[in-house]
Amino acid sequence: MSAELLFRLSALNTAYAAAIDSDRLEVWPDFFVEDCLYKVTTAANHADGLAAGVIYADSRGMLMDRIAALRKANIYEPQAYRHLIGMPSILGHDAAGIHCETPFFVARIMRDGATTLFATGRYLDCLRDDGALRFVERIVVCDSSRFDTLLAIPL
Amino acid sequence: MPDTNVSPDTSAMPQSWPAGISRVPFWLYQDPEILRAEQRKIFEGPAWHFLCLEVEIENTGDYRTTAVGDMPVIVVRGENGAIHAFENRCAHRGALIAFANRGTVKDFTCVYHAWRYDLKGNLCSVAFQRGVAGKGGMPEDFRVEDHGPRKLRAETIGGLVFGTVDPAAPSLEDYLTPPIAAKIRRVFNRKLEVIGRFTQTLPNNWKLYAENIRDTYHASLLHLFFTTFRITRFNQAGGVTISEDGAHHASATIGRMEASDDVYKQQNIRSDDDEFRLNDPSFLDAVAEFGDDIQLQNVALFPATMLQQLHNSIAVRQTVPRGTDSMDLNWTFVGFADDTPDMRRRRLRQGNLAGPAGFVSMEDGCIGGFVQRGVAAASGENGVVEMGGRDATSMATRATEASVRGFWKAYRGLMGI
Ligand code: FES
Ligand SMILES: [Fe+2]
Repeated sequence: MSAELLFRLSALNTAYAAAIDSDRLEVWPDFFVEDCLYKVTTAANHADGLAAGVIYADSRGMLMDRIAALRKANIYEPQAYRHLIGMPSILGHDAAGIHCETPFFVARIMRDGATTLFATGRYLDCLRDDGALRFVERIVVCDSSRFDTLLAIPL
Repeated sequence: MPDTNVSPDTSAMPQSWPAGISRVPFWLYQDPEILRAEQRKIFEGPAWHFLCLEVEIENTGDYRTTAVGDMPVIVVRGENGAIHAFENRCAHRGALIAFANRGTVKDFTCVYHAWRYDLKGNLCSVAFQRGVAGKGGMPEDFRVEDHGPRKLRAETIGGLVFGTVDPAAPSLEDYLTPPIAAKIRRVFNRKLEVIGRFTQTLPNNWKLYAENIRDTYHASLLHLFFTTFRITRFNQAGGVTISEDGAHHASATIGRMEASDDVYKQQNIRSDDDEFRLNDPSFLDAVAEFGDDIQLQNVALFPATMLQQLHNSIAVRQTVPRGTDSMDLNWTFVGFADDTPDMRRRRLRQGNLAGPAGFVSMEDGCIGGFVQRGVAAASGENGVVEMGGRDATSMATRATEASVRGFWKAYRGLMGI
């Protein structure tokens, strides 16, 4: 049971990473339930209990708007990510869903080919399992409090 | 203001600068000598710099470390509510006195050789001053009073703590000037609470960001979020207020707040074109909390402090130069201690507008780098800053570069070039 769940969570993260890294951003909101919370924050803010995020979306509509803005409105140099997502630690289950924590590395590849380590951190996730696993919450806790230039594509 | 080309004597760069404030030579963003001169004449000169919020150092002994340009600074709550600020540099061999971001102490002890400082930054003891078992120790005539880090004057406005290195600087209030101080107090009018802190590293000279924040001309041209999603109203009024000396700027966008559905009904030119509608525009539902119709207010204080009110998203930004082509932008997002849960959620959601991933600020993260790279071979050329004329006075429009010229007016004055 737990091995199967671990496998499904890993497969979900792999699909999540592939969607972002291959620029299929329009499917990214589908990984979330309607009434979700997606937040990008830092370890320092998280430790201090500070609620604000660099991105703070508490509805799937806001996730769709984030992508629409990237496609139609925001201006930034072409860039892509490569996610490496580690093995989830399943922390427990409760009424809200399955809780787990998963480490990640994200490299950023710029238009000129420069590849740098852009972010490391952990996903603090809460997932609902109604046949398919979807995120009720994905809190992206970046280890560093520093963001280079800008954060356009979601982590 | 010099009326002929001037050549500071400090550099090998082609340092000419046409008279006036409507031309900005590109060597200003490239020259390491000018960066050193800025540290002496601006950051350590008669200017005031944001250090921290009062609520970040509430109790005696609470401190934070920050920076005034290159200078590391400790700001600490002393006895009886006093605020002290001093250079974070041990008087012995120069080590940082405090290396954490913040803490609470009785006094400061340098980790290197344990020289000890009180909360005012006065050196009070030297380890082994009398030596050990009669051997070693400091010379007889060594006096702790003769040694210490440089002290800053600290003053506050609206719960924001500012410091100046120069004892001859005017008071903070006089420095800001009454019209600008009023813009600050308009927003920072009660007890604050920090809701998030982020640092953004920008690949450009710090002055490019100082210009960008004062550049009201670019707002609707570079940042397309509001116009793409039909949020900007064409009849929105506004303008810029510039202090007499050009140094400080406040821009305002005025318009009545309306529920997002109404906004869409009235503004959505292609009302049946879902492509240009937000799925969840409710995050823009703002509450007029400052007793007026000003939706957006940006205040830029010379040289390196910015205060933002984007609807209900409030933040302080501090720029710290990190070389000629790099800078840190430190964001402190705040709410008020008396926020309702609804208002707090509104601030968190509207936080999406600004910051490193902000819908209307993301571009400012890269645009300075585009200039820095664009001018790489053009140190002898000048940027043109003539939108709205050639002087730096308040205007009832945002289609102007008057505040950018104001920055250079103050800059030339302090730098003496
Ligand atoms: S450098 Fe601080 S005590 Fe020696
Ligand atoms: Fe901007």
